[in-house]
Amino acid sequence: MREIEFDVVVKAVKDMIMHCGTDLPQDTYDALEKAMEEEKSPVSKEVIRQLLENANIAKDEKRPLCQDTGLAVFFVYVGEEVRINGGLLRDAINKGTEQGYTEGYLRASTCEPFSRLNLKDSVGYNLPAIIHFDIVKGDKIDIEYAAKGGGSENVSRARVFPPAAGKDGIVEYVKEVISDAGGNPCPPITVGVGIGGTFEKAVISSKHALFRDLETENPDSEMAELEARMLVEINNLGIGAMGMGGTKTALAVHIEANPCHIASLPVSVNVQCHSSRHTHITI
Amino acid sequence: MATYSLTTPITSEDTKQLVAGDTVLLNGTIFTARDAAHSRLVKLIEEGKELPFDLEGSIIYFVGPTPPKPGDPIGSAGPTTSYRMDSFSPTMLKNGSKGMIGKGNRNQEVKDACVAYDGIYFGATGGAGALLGKQIRSAEVIAYPELGPEAVRKITVEDFPVTVVNDTKGNDLYQMGREQYEVK
Repeated sequence: MREIEFDVVVKAVKDMIMHCGTDLPQDTYDALEKAMEEEKSPVSKEVIRQLLENANIAKDEKRPLCQDTGLAVFFVYVGEEVRINGGLLRDAINKGTEQGYTEGYLRASTCEPFSRLNLKDSVGYNLPAIIHFDIVKGDKIDIEYAAKGGGSENVSRARVFPPAAGKDGIVEYVKEVISDAGGNPCPPITVGVGIGGTFEKAVISSKHALFRDLETENPDSEMAELEARMLVEINNLGIGAMGMGGTKTALAVHIEANPCHIASLPVSVNVQCHSSRHTHITI
Repeated sequence: MATYSLTTPITSEDTKQLVAGDTVLLNGTIFTARDAAHSRLVKLIEEGKELPFDLEGSIIYFVGPTPPKPGDPIGSAGPTTSYRMDSFSPTMLKNGSKGMIGKGNRNQEVKDACVAYDGIYFGATGGAGALLGKQIRSAEVIAYPELGPEAVRKITVEDFPVTVVNDTKGNDLYQMGREQYEVK
């Protein structure tokens, strides 16, 4: 059984949070550059130019890319042959989150649902982190992290369709969600689509789909084809960068599909803004 | 589409010349307020009580900045999504405010209030918080410090870049832009 010190996890999580707050991932930067070249609207082109300039300033001066530094979302894969020495893994991730947000001068965006007051006095700065655990083979811990902003989360939706809805029904639904969202989620967006499973499985899959690098293809060719079809339909909506009108509303559509009940076809659409701050580490 | 430079407080004369799609560089004092602060400000107006700042000719920026690094007046400070302020904005405009800065669509009541009270809804680039934060020269919390990032701040801006989205004639840049590029 391999042992990892509690503080090693804390430090690793803190570092990834601080890095992600100021350094736009290369896949996102490259996708925005490509979108700027291809965008037909001069207004949207200028918006994307500002976003790239913003990314350069943020990286060079270590300023947060966006004032909405998000809630911290993690997918954690724990090897069966590893244990944490000196505390619980969940506590280490939360402690690293708090340190990363504090030392990186990132905004604490958590509040109680009705008083709307920040919880920092009771549980910590920008806590609790949203953590999804899984157990895997081996003696390592893989941690995937994303800073998830509120604007794009607010337009996300889920629905359980009857099986007869099929691919056409799902494409129409995705189009409807993105059309209604307009410029609110800060396009050019990435669209995560969770298909199948149960209600909550579809939602979590749609979130996890957003962690996939923009340069990678879906290994399932049927899903890759459906992603391409959805991307064309979304870009035909004309929403453009920040809703100013244009041809590049989305950078990519990512689908994660799961087997589901014979009676159901759950679908979830989780939207990610252009500031797609995601990264992963292996300890 | 023209480019203007305006200094706050602004007047009806200033706002009536602006057309959806124009670029404006803002200078002077601006006040920040988001969801929770708007709820409190509108309650004060309804109760006939004094506000923490003068609404006349004011521009309200929908923003919750990141904490400043040592030596900086403010952290990253891009706009938040504006529709959440839709139920409050007409009251603010009716009582003298002349402009709002945010991102995303407004409802018909807000667009109508822009026409009725010579108000402008400006769009700033969402997610460009580092770039926009650099145009803010000073910042001071003047009300509701307990709201943290949502506290009301008095900020001074220099050539703060915004685009006219909703003008005093009822035009809507988002609608116009989308109609132009939609493939049916």
